[in-house]
Amino acid sequence: MATMQLELDAREIRKQFPFFQPHPEMRSLIYLDNAATTQKPYAVLDALTNFYAHHNANVHRGAYGVGAKASELFEAARERVARFINAREPAEIIFTRGTTESINLVAASWGGSQLREGDEIIVSEMEHHANILPWMQIARATGARIVVWRITDEGRLDLNELRRLLTERTRMVAVTHISNVLGTINPVADICRIAHEAGALCLVDAAQSAAHMPLDVQAIDCDFLAFSGHKAYGPTGIGVLYGKRALLEQMPPYQTGGGMIRKVSWEEVTWADVPARFEAGTPAIAEAIGLHAALDFIDSIGRERIAAQEHALTEYMLARLQEVPDLRLYGPKPDRAGIFAFTLTDIHPHDIATVLDSRDIAIRSGHHCAHPLGERIGVAATARASLAVYNDTDHIDALIEGLHYVRQVFGL
Amino acid sequence: MISELYQEIILDHYRHPRGRGTLDEPKIHHEGANPLCGDEVIIEFRVEDGRISDIRFSGRGCSISQASASMLVEMVKGKTLEEVRTLIQKVYAMLRGESTPDPQEMGDLSALAGVSHFPVRVKCASLPWHTLEEALNEANHAAK
Ligand SMILES: Cc1ncc(COP(=O)(O)O)c(C=O)c1O
Repeated sequence: MATMQLELDAREIRKQFPFFQPHPEMRSLIYLDNAATTQKPYAVLDALTNFYAHHNANVHRGAYGVGAKASELFEAARERVARFINAREPAEIIFTRGTTESINLVAASWGGSQLREGDEIIVSEMEHHANILPWMQIARATGARIVVWRITDEGRLDLNELRRLLTERTRMVAVTHISNVLGTINPVADICRIAHEAGALCLVDAAQSAAHMPLDVQAIDCDFLAFSGHKAYGPTGIGVLYGKRALLEQMPPYQTGGGMIRKVSWEEVTWADVPARFEAGTPAIAEAIGLHAALDFIDSIGRERIAAQEHALTEYMLARLQEVPDLRLYGPKPDRAGIFAFTLTDIHPHDIATVLDSRDIAIRSGHHCAHPLGERIGVAATARASLAVYNDTDHIDALIEGLHYVRQVFGL
Repeated sequence: MISELYQEIILDHYRHPRGRGTLDEPKIHHEGANPLCGDEVIIEFRVEDGRISDIRFSGRGCSISQASASMLVEMVKGKTLEEVRTLIQKVYAMLRGESTPDPQEMGDLSALAGVSHFPVRVKCASLPWHTLEEALNEANHAAK
């Protein structure tokens, strides 16, 4: 097998992750389920511990030093996120529980206040349920209609098809940056431009791209963008919604409670400005601070370099997967992200995952929360391997050997 | 050991399922699913004189769930409802690793004992049995 020179030393990067350190009672794992969630570097765990140990207080409340420090750290995390995606200002960053809540927020608040009967929402066929169901729900409630943007046989989105689907009733185009099944990288800047030309808004689901490539909301010119901390080396329970300020300002609150009002009496309520208006209750303070550390980790390596590294690994993976007889890979071949959904003749994906697990290789199997896409590609379940910055060619080699072993176990 | 899970008998039932199909009316029809992983088992059967006189399964899923369904069909046909209920409990105990199967009594099903070492797969093997148990409970309820 041809060896490959990678620019980044994945072994050095793994040293920054407790999960990959030898443990007397645990076998070390080749982790290839990064599209589901990534492992966390020490820096993130330290940020969580440090906050709880030394700065723990609620935000925006206490008139004492520690409280002020907690608020300062929380707002610094917001600024860090704004810088990470090149938002114009921190006020355009709303902290949520994750991609799912971010999209639900937009659907409920923007959709609930803006959509009228007969309006149309274009949703691509390759969306995760998180970018389908909130739109279906709000469509039901408002009388709006979901218009499905079908994928091509190659597993891409065709911009001319989008032009055909857009009408004067189209209010929103909801699309993923990278498909969590097909690995397709969508031209989101073009999609936003075309949507805008037709007078529609565009929401980008960046759950699978945030940790893997440069992300610039001004260059993309999306109206909303969502991602999850836990898929970007950060904690669970924290996510981001970016929204253009002018839009956010027109939107009503998503949830109500503490921290999101200016003034309340029994007669009248004045909502707080953005972003506080959308952050009712005590937020995930430690997790936001942990996310700050995760984004620092990503940029300490550099997203250009991460993208180049993962691209090289992707090419290597594509070449090696071809060596496995009867393996069928879904999604485009060149120009794709490091997410590989496949089947192996009639061997069920669960069985593939179980056999690989017996060799300490972790992949995912199932429908990957994208039932409509599964229907389109004609398979209810697939096996899925997905890469992150700490993976290297050894891991891919082990996966390929593991797949040969799967065939052997099943008598092929 | 992975070979404990994927025994020849199990793979044989997966590749060549016994009693895959559907029945004409009258029949009892029950669907079971494991929404987390997408395994699906549909069981159809007829009861005559207190016995399962005919039974088929359909659905899709992993080798363990489908082989287990195939073995179920083979094992319960002709048994009285009481015998079936007892068998279901024995299968659960075996899958939980609480009992060692008697091959004489359990037949091919004994091969599923290895599943108990793979906790995430226990629900695959038990799905057809849960489905049958639910169907019996419902039929029982309807009869009252
Ligand atoms: C493309 C995509 N969108 C949304 C989500 C949902 O993310 P979360 O569960 O973190 O809210 C995922 C994660 O599985 C995803 O891959």
